[in-house]
Amino acid sequence: MTARTIQGQKNLQDITTGSTDGIGGSPLRPDGTLKVRGEFAYSSDMWHEDMLWGMALRSPHPRANILSVDIAEALKTPGVYAVLTHEDIPGSKYYGLEIQDQPALAIDKVRYHGEAIALVAADHPETARRAVKKIKVEYEVLTPITTEEQALHPEVHGYVHEPHEYKSHAYGNICHSQKLVHGQGVTEAVKALADVVVRGEYEVGMQDQAFLGPESGLAVPAEDGGIDLYVATQWLHVDRQQMAPVLGLPEEKVRLTLAGVGGAFGGREDLSMQIHASLLAQRTGKPVKIVYSRDESFFGHVHRHPAKMTYEHGATRDGKLVYADVRLVLDGGAYASASPAVVGNAASLGNGPYNIPNIRMEAIALYTNNPSCGAMRGFGAVQACFGYESQMDKLAAELGMDPVELRQLNAMSEGDYMPTGQRIDSPAPVAELLQRVKDMPLPPPLDLDNLDIRELPGALSNTSHGEGIVRGIGYSVGIKNVGFSEGFDDYSTARVRLEVIGGEPVAMVHTAMAEVGQGGVTVHGQIARTELGVEKVTIHPANTEVGSAGSTSASRQTYMTGGAVKLAAEAVKQALIAKGRKRYGWTHQDLNLVGGKVVSAAQGALVSMVDLLGDEAIDLTREHHHRPTVAFDKETGQGFGHVQYTFCANRAVVDVDVDLGLVKVVELTAAQDVGKALNPLSVIGQIQGGCTQALGLAVMEEIIVKDGKVRNASFTDYLIPTILDVPPIPVDMLELPDPNAPYGLRGVGEAPTVSATPSIVAAIRAATGLALNRIPVRPEHLTGTL
Amino acid sequence: MRVTFTANGKPVEADDVWEGESLLYVLRERVGLPGSKNACEQGECGSCTVYLDGTPVCSCLVAAGQVQDREVRTVEGLSEENGELGLVQQAFIDAGAVQCGFCTPGLLVQTDALLESAPQPSDTDIREALSGNLCRCTGYEKIMDAVRLASARKCQKVGTAE
Repeated sequence: MTARTIQGQKNLQDITTGSTDGIGGSPLRPDGTLKVRGEFAYSSDMWHEDMLWGMALRSPHPRANILSVDIAEALKTPGVYAVLTHEDIPGSKYYGLEIQDQPALAIDKVRYHGEAIALVAADHPETARRAVKKIKVEYEVLTPITTEEQALHPEVHGYVHEPHEYKSHAYGNICHSQKLVHGQGVTEAVKALADVVVRGEYEVGMQDQAFLGPESGLAVPAEDGGIDLYVATQWLHVDRQQMAPVLGLPEEKVRLTLAGVGGAFGGREDLSMQIHASLLAQRTGKPVKIVYSRDESFFGHVHRHPAKMTYEHGATRDGKLVYADVRLVLDGGAYASASPAVVGNAASLGNGPYNIPNIRMEAIALYTNNPSCGAMRGFGAVQACFGYESQMDKLAAELGMDPVELRQLNAMSEGDYMPTGQRIDSPAPVAELLQRVKDMPLPPPLDLDNLDIRELPGALSNTSHGEGIVRGIGYSVGIKNVGFSEGFDDYSTARVRLEVIGGEPVAMVHTAMAEVGQGGVTVHGQIARTELGVEKVTIHPANTEVGSAGSTSASRQTYMTGGAVKLAAEAVKQALIAKGRKRYGWTHQDLNLVGGKVVSAAQGALVSMVDLLGDEAIDLTREHHHRPTVAFDKETGQGFGHVQYTFCANRAVVDVDVDLGLVKVVELTAAQDVGKALNPLSVIGQIQGGCTQALGLAVMEEIIVKDGKVRNASFTDYLIPTILDVPPIPVDMLELPDPNAPYGLRGVGEAPTVSATPSIVAAIRAATGLALNRIPVRPEHLTGTL
Repeated sequence: MRVTFTANGKPVEADDVWEGESLLYVLRERVGLPGSKNACEQGECGSCTVYLDGTPVCSCLVAAGQVQDREVRTVEGLSEENGELGLVQQAFIDAGAVQCGFCTPGLLVQTDALLESAPQPSDTDIREALSGNLCRCTGYEKIMDAVRLASARKCQKVGTAE
């Protein structure tokens, strides 16, 4: 290994920890000590002697033709080693997760504000920054395509990608569409069955993942002509798959190692600096580090799709849903990224966890000259949940029913069918989760006589002493799929090695799973301990020397890579027991590994694992595939498309200063079925973190895009919740095992981000009586000063 | 220019420092202390918080030249002299307040400073004191737990010492 950090790359080496906690326990994180000491090497901490700094020139225009690029002055800058444009790319010029429509560096035109056009490598970040400013680009600025109306009329406004511009795209400005028809669809006869109809148009702004650790990494040219890349990502192997053709290298010569990841939330599913740093390293023959500044981070990754949604629900007078008529328009921005899969999710999950006999639905993602959108926690289910849950409240009000009772009356449960025709074959306690949040004790009412004004909306700014403050309560529930859907052969690989080190048995776990903070590394140790009866477990750094682990996304990593670790550990266990049978002639059928020994349930300990293993190591690799799914029928949306479903319910209590339009969430309660909590501490951390991102979307988080230009690419202007904005988040965790999943577990990471936003908006509506059809809710929406 | 100062009790010097470099850049790239993190460069996120002469500051907002002959203490300097984890560090691990951990160094310094001035802060005091430190993973609940735990342990330790 050639790279090192200033302090020594400790998390790029094996980390061994000891514990007696198996699954169901909450042992400490193996990387926790390094992290609190400041010794954990994040990707931005990578360092190499003689390394250069890379930086990109980015477009100030959302749509323009590039007439010329002059790099001469930049190249002459002292300390500059290379300046590259698309003409310097040795291989394929395009890449992409699902559609290869994105140029690694802009070719002849730019399609969004912030698109990378040229690259610089220099000896100091400031040298690079100055050289970037010396690159002269002549543009022919064009009017950007930014709205649905413009995108759907290319004969007037043109195309984001000209049809047949390159082989992978030929469809105009609709990137992907998915229709769904359930029951009889929506006909006049169906509509006639409804006593009450509610309609709504809803809008969701563009949310950002806003992970704290900016995109960064170090590319080191290798002697064999390949590249070693140390990088923060969500999926090492799919990065490599996209990188190698652009670099003109076979995949085996592109080796990736996971450097420390400072959060991800979907924002690291697409490539950011990987190709750029590698191209500069190839050209200069020197290690190249790229660390995005915060504004570059906002330009350099995809965001959550903004959405415009129309919902119409019909119901009988006693509250039974009769039909839903739905249209969801997602703005996918300039490049496809994960838009097709997001559309599939939006269509299949967009009617919520409810039994609705008749549905007509269409979801589309558009190409526009707005920033590209793709994966973010909740992945297409978030936007729709705001729509259908707002509708449930509207319907409850129309019927004069309690909003929780209306939801419970229509809630799906195990054995029911999704609108896609897929039978739900594991627990779906939707009504129970709602009951649980409803039954939790409420926070005490505002006591204006004994008040710390720091607890009011506006908090520290001393904006109020309690006058004009109104409290409201709101409820919501949501549904999310787990794992990759629609026929994708989603799998993960794990290698487990058992050997005697220092007189005791030690298990080593090696996977390519991206630990992005979610705690997979902790859970892998717990699984190895449970299956192998050992205390010490070594976590090997994640890299491409082992098979793919798939992405750390879609709430899938514990299910998929945890499942692979379980399979590999079980195989090691069976190999060890077989070794004992051969040596000692055991005929027992009840053998297990417990406390470092081979144990018979009937006869107790037979031999220590240390004696049985001796000098020999058992080292096995296994793949875990989930059950197969199929793509949804394009016209009807029917098909067994998802692996598993997960549900979360919320109750929000808010105080609103109706004079100033300020909102303080007082408490946000969550109840979620997690199947089996492999690590309860981590599970609760995920649920609370997920609720907090939902709170952000409800009341503050939005990338402001005007005429295709991003107006708030900084943490000063793009607001994420602080500790003052986030209330206590009590969590009620339900554990109903899924018979199809490893240990019965259910993916947990995304469901709360789907479900919690509408509960907060519902609470603000309850406090103010306003309709509030757009999120984030801003002060001007509450004060009528828009 | 050359900048000399004290980092975690040890004298350090950095040569060829460009006038626009921040204390954060000098710590991370020149003197081998990458524990403080760079996430916003605007003093908004608190990930780069260090002590400067005993006061917590965002090191991204301090020009390198300003620290000449002064004392800096970073997350790397929060451990005990015998190398064991400091009380606040251990509490963050035990409470599950470390997820991705990128915000952790800044939160540790800010929490350490809070408990120095107010060993038994109220929840509202904690929220006020930590409001300049963003965390994107935890939802802050476990961070609240960690600060309460560190406070309880600190008071217990002081009590035992007396």
